Amino acid sequence: MSATSTAAPNRGGYRRSPLRRLRSLPLYLAGAAVFLFSVFPVYWMVATAFKPVGEIFTRNQTFFPQAPTLEHFDRVLNGQLIPGVNFWQFLGNSLVVTLGAVGMGAFLSLLAAMAVARFRFKLRTAFIILLLIIQMVPMEAMIISIFINFRQLSDATGAQLLGNLSGLLIVYTAVSLPITILMLRGFVVAVPKELEEAAAIDGASGWTIFWRILMPLVAPGLVAASIFAFITAWNEFIVALTFLGRSTDNYTLPLTLSYYFGRFGTEWGPIMAASTLLTIPVMIFFLFVQRRMVSGLTMGAVKG
Amino acid sequence: MAHTVERAADRGKEGTVRVTADSAPKRRRKPPTPYLLIAPALILLAVVLLWPIVQMVWYSLTSFTTRNLLPNQPGPEWNNFAHYQRLLTDPEFWTILRNTVVVCVLMVGITMVLGTLIGILLHKLPKWFSTIVSVGMMLAWATPALSASLVFRWLFLPERGLVNVTLDRLPDWLVGSGWLEYNWFLQPGSLFTILITVIVWQSFPFVAVSVLAGLKSIPNELYEAAKMDGASAWKSFWNVTFPMLRPLFALLLVLQIIWDLRVFTQLYILANSFQNKDVYLLSYYIYQQGFSASPANYGMGSAIAVVMTLMILAVTAYYLRIMIRQGETR
Repeated sequence: MSATSTAAPNRGGYRRSPLRRLRSLPLYLAGAAVFLFSVFPVYWMVATAFKPVGEIFTRNQTFFPQAPTLEHFDRVLNGQLIPGVNFWQFLGNSLVVTLGAVGMGAFLSLLAAMAVARFRFKLRTAFIILLLIIQMVPMEAMIISIFINFRQLSDATGAQLLGNLSGLLIVYTAVSLPITILMLRGFVVAVPKELEEAAAIDGASGWTIFWRILMPLVAPGLVAASIFAFITAWNEFIVALTFLGRSTDNYTLPLTLSYYFGRFGTEWGPIMAASTLLTIPVMIFFLFVQRRMVSGLTMGAVKG
Repeated sequence: MAHTVERAADRGKEGTVRVTADSAPKRRRKPPTPYLLIAPALILLAVVLLWPIVQMVWYSLTSFTTRNLLPNQPGPEWNNFAHYQRLLTDPEFWTILRNTVVVCVLMVGITMVLGTLIGILLHKLPKWFSTIVSVGMMLAWATPALSASLVFRWLFLPERGLVNVTLDRLPDWLVGSGWLEYNWFLQPGSLFTILITVIVWQSFPFVAVSVLAGLKSIPNELYEAAKMDGASAWKSFWNVTFPMLRPLFALLLVLQIIWDLRVFTQLYILANSFQNKDVYLLSYYIYQQGFSASPANYGMGSAIAVVMTLMILAVTAYYLRIMIRQGETR
């Protein structure tokens, strides 16, 4: 590597190697500390979920569960977290609203991304800037007016937009649109126009070109954007809290957990078991898109 | 790189359009107009997210409460700037605003410094070790806000929480006594400490990984040159790394500010009720006024929301400038 080691490989190697290793020891220790800081709360959540009640409610907290048990998971999965409703219903609610929003969002954002990537039109830049702004205005500020809108719309038309999943579905779809459109735009742009033109010359129809040429190349982007939208909707809390109110039958998982915590704040076993179950799908999906997550959020700031 | 491709594609497209127009005017494969393609998304965004921003401003100037939503009730009355006047003269509001700014500055500051240091650390560690640490950080990043808040509440619980138990066992000369029963969630100082810890825990990985990606893009020769000139690690950071990554740092800073100004879920779990006004932050105050106060005061909630939106739009303006400069809007 350096000039000294090529000139005197033996001496340099013997003398420097242990010293170097010793000098990088603080780096390793710092790395280990970062790892522990990151992982410990997650570990503690899972460990608590597996501890019997006696081990949780003691001052002699142990690092490992001494007598691991599935009782909390059993209570969460087979019992009634909220009187009269079981976990599977909440899981179903969360899945319906999340997958529904992801599906609708994927369709709408693919159309919009095509327009932005493939056409030059007058309001194109305005549309992109609008997406960037909307992405930044927080739901916490808009929640009152959105709630009033949905309430008045329900009163006027008889459609039930509050107290069930339909309102959530609409809001979640809209919320993830800006980022999914912007992410997909990059993927559509990357497909060379020449491919489509060649197919057109061969006599392929617009639909054939779309399905056979564009879609396979854009599919990875669509998956990444969909996972992004999935995580957003799966974790969403404040809209669910506002829209669902007392209709416990329709609660999504985060809302169920917060309700259960509010009522039975001392039952840390089931609370941690349910938190673990809420976290698992996100963890799995996150590992797939983790790289794209960084580039999706910082866009062009990191190049190379 | 992506831009070059895009521009090349554009040029290609313009070329084709001209050719088609000249040589085959009879071909009727008219492409669907782009407005048709963006219409569904645009309508949904306008109705669900854009229009409510306009309404928020409108409602903040009226006496809108729950009563006005009931059937056969008169609509809300025009109120001028009464809500804003009340806010500006209310010491409670100023405390909440100050707390929001202070807590946000601390969250963002700690996240940025810690994230940058860890990004540099990851860059210096051998690949295998840096991968392990990164995977660990992903766990913190991926944990849903609600799960994270609950586990931190459990960690800091009086009597049984691991932190209190551990602090109690440590020698008194080091940490003082009485930790076992200490309730972190009652006083703003201690509650905000935990809130900041949760937020930093969840957001430093994104900064670290972004900085790591940025560091990888800086040519090594620059550091070697700095070394030849006898620059210390500190100097080579300020004279090489920082200028090279300035756009990235600006973007990360803006994103962190916007995300941390709106913190709600974590506070909702840590404060666990709307009883204690001392621990409110702006987003919490909006929600309390709009849905928890009796009667719910939509006008006042909207006025606070306008204040928060203005703060965020000011930061967003800077974000837009960065995006436009980087050509993200082309």
